[in-house]
Amino acid sequence: MDWIQQIINGLGLGAIYALMALGYTMVYGVLRFINFAHSDVLMLGAFAAFYLAPKLQEMFGAQSVTSAVMVFILAALICALVGMTIERLAYRPLRNRPKLTVLITAIGVSLLIEFTGQNEHVFGASPLPFPQLLPEKTLHLGSLVMASNDVIIVSLTLVLLLGMWLIVQKTRVGTAMRAVSFNMQAASLMGVPVNRIISFTFGLGSALAAIAGILYSMKAPGIEPLMGVQPGLRAFVAAVLGGIGNLPGAVLGGVILGLLETFAGGIPGLSNYRDAIAFGILILILLFKPAGLLGRSTIEKV
Amino acid sequence: MPLSGAKRWLLLGIAIAILASYFTPHFNRYYLGIVIDVGIAIILATSLNLINGHTGQFSLGHAGFMAVGGYFSAWLTLSAGATANSLWFFPLVLIAGGLLSAFVGLCVGIPSLRLRGDYLAIVTLGFGEIIRVVAQNTEAVGAASGLKGIPKLTTLGWTFGFAAITIYAITALVNSTYGRGFIAVHDDEIAAESNGVNTTRTKVTAFVTGAFFAGIAGGLWAHHKQFLSPTGFDWIKSIEIVVMVILGGMGRTVGVIAAAIILTVLPEFLRDFSEYRMIIYALLIIVLMLLRPAGLFSFNFKRRSQS
Repeated sequence: MDWIQQIINGLGLGAIYALMALGYTMVYGVLRFINFAHSDVLMLGAFAAFYLAPKLQEMFGAQSVTSAVMVFILAALICALVGMTIERLAYRPLRNRPKLTVLITAIGVSLLIEFTGQNEHVFGASPLPFPQLLPEKTLHLGSLVMASNDVIIVSLTLVLLLGMWLIVQKTRVGTAMRAVSFNMQAASLMGVPVNRIISFTFGLGSALAAIAGILYSMKAPGIEPLMGVQPGLRAFVAAVLGGIGNLPGAVLGGVILGLLETFAGGIPGLSNYRDAIAFGILILILLFKPAGLLGRSTIEKV
Repeated sequence: MPLSGAKRWLLLGIAIAILASYFTPHFNRYYLGIVIDVGIAIILATSLNLINGHTGQFSLGHAGFMAVGGYFSAWLTLSAGATANSLWFFPLVLIAGGLLSAFVGLCVGIPSLRLRGDYLAIVTLGFGEIIRVVAQNTEAVGAASGLKGIPKLTTLGWTFGFAAITIYAITALVNSTYGRGFIAVHDDEIAAESNGVNTTRTKVTAFVTGAFFAGIAGGLWAHHKQFLSPTGFDWIKSIEIVVMVILGGMGRTVGVIAAAIILTVLPEFLRDFSEYRMIIYALLIIVLMLLRPAGLFSFNFKRRSQS
């Protein structure tokens, strides 16, 4: 039964990677660059929840469902605003510049958020304990033991993924997003408000990152300004693994990566090298299937 | 720059290095330490400039290559024992560290540089992590507690001798017929490819060359600080080198060297502001990219097309 336990843990981790990877993949889909600051939006989401939770728990009762839902919604809204602001101030002025310039700016934004956060007047560099949003229970299913947090993470992720799928496939905004990602110039000629759609994409991705951040913090021992870096890198690897720019691919990649990391953590000799697994996978995928598992290779036209 | 001029600078640099190292016993040890730091920073920044500047790729793992070269050469010195005192031992050890680093660069570079796009940034960032994990788990190099007691073999002469060689080699490489390929790849990869430049090979060559010199710098660093710890080569170290290249203007050797000197010396005098140093670096990166993408020291004498 031990391996079923591992699968549940792996799914919990993979769900968080999947939520993050969606943000990377959506931005890559429309703008063709890696939004390095995405991992810091995850951190900001966790900190937003950290400051909001005590106040909301006062209003709606400690560890109540309402307060938890409010924390998630408000943190997601804050991070959506942050993401849109970053896009507006740092990336939009560079829209027609070379890719490298945008990439370097993204790294600069990421470093700015991280090191400002580490300053003692902002969040401070030492880890802070994350408040308990919901009562922690253990569910027993036969001989199987599940933490309630894992169940919440996996089910919330499923709901969000369904919502994402509906937004992207069934709504006007989603259609416009797909159009911009297919061909920005043509979409703009057809009357799609490209800037607003890109803003929306950033907002949506950042909201997902915020929720991923809270879910991640529910299991992490503490939150600190650099907490986003590691899951952010893994999520990027997940996005590449599934095929960058491809939404179902990002989810598949996240789940595969989460499962692999959890299983490797259980093998004694490998557990020290757990951190290196994601990058080993990245190198392998770039060597053998650079378009990703679900991606199609594209031919660059001149 | 004509080659003869570059050769003259090389000879001048080595001559100054030899002359200066003759006087080192008279120097203040603290200032001498900073000057050696400057020399190492010049090697790192110039070699990263070949990758991030001239060739237009983006590597975030220069500290990782430094770690490979540093650990390997330090391990060689420590295992060699008494032979480490002979004159030619040190440069050979450094070159061995550089070669291993170049080989690792080849393994990292081939998968990520075959493709167009930003994969190199992520792969090199991850590579730095892998190096840290491997160093932390390898008993031969001290594992998590670090490698102690490395003999102090780095002198002013060797540092600036190697700095001069690095600058010369990279300038000469970029200015050679083959090296024009780097600039072609930087300007337009598709156009370069259709004109018969093997872009993958060009990018990998630049990356491996950069890694080689970063390995040498790592060796110098190891025998200068006499202590290596796995966390000393994290991505913050890489970012510092990246900032030097961006500040100096990507692809501008003189500007990058100036930035390397300034960014090494200035923090020593502004110790009170050290907690704000990385915030300032981050702001510098963003503002420079928005306003002066060609670097702080570019005065538009000849207007460069945006690339």
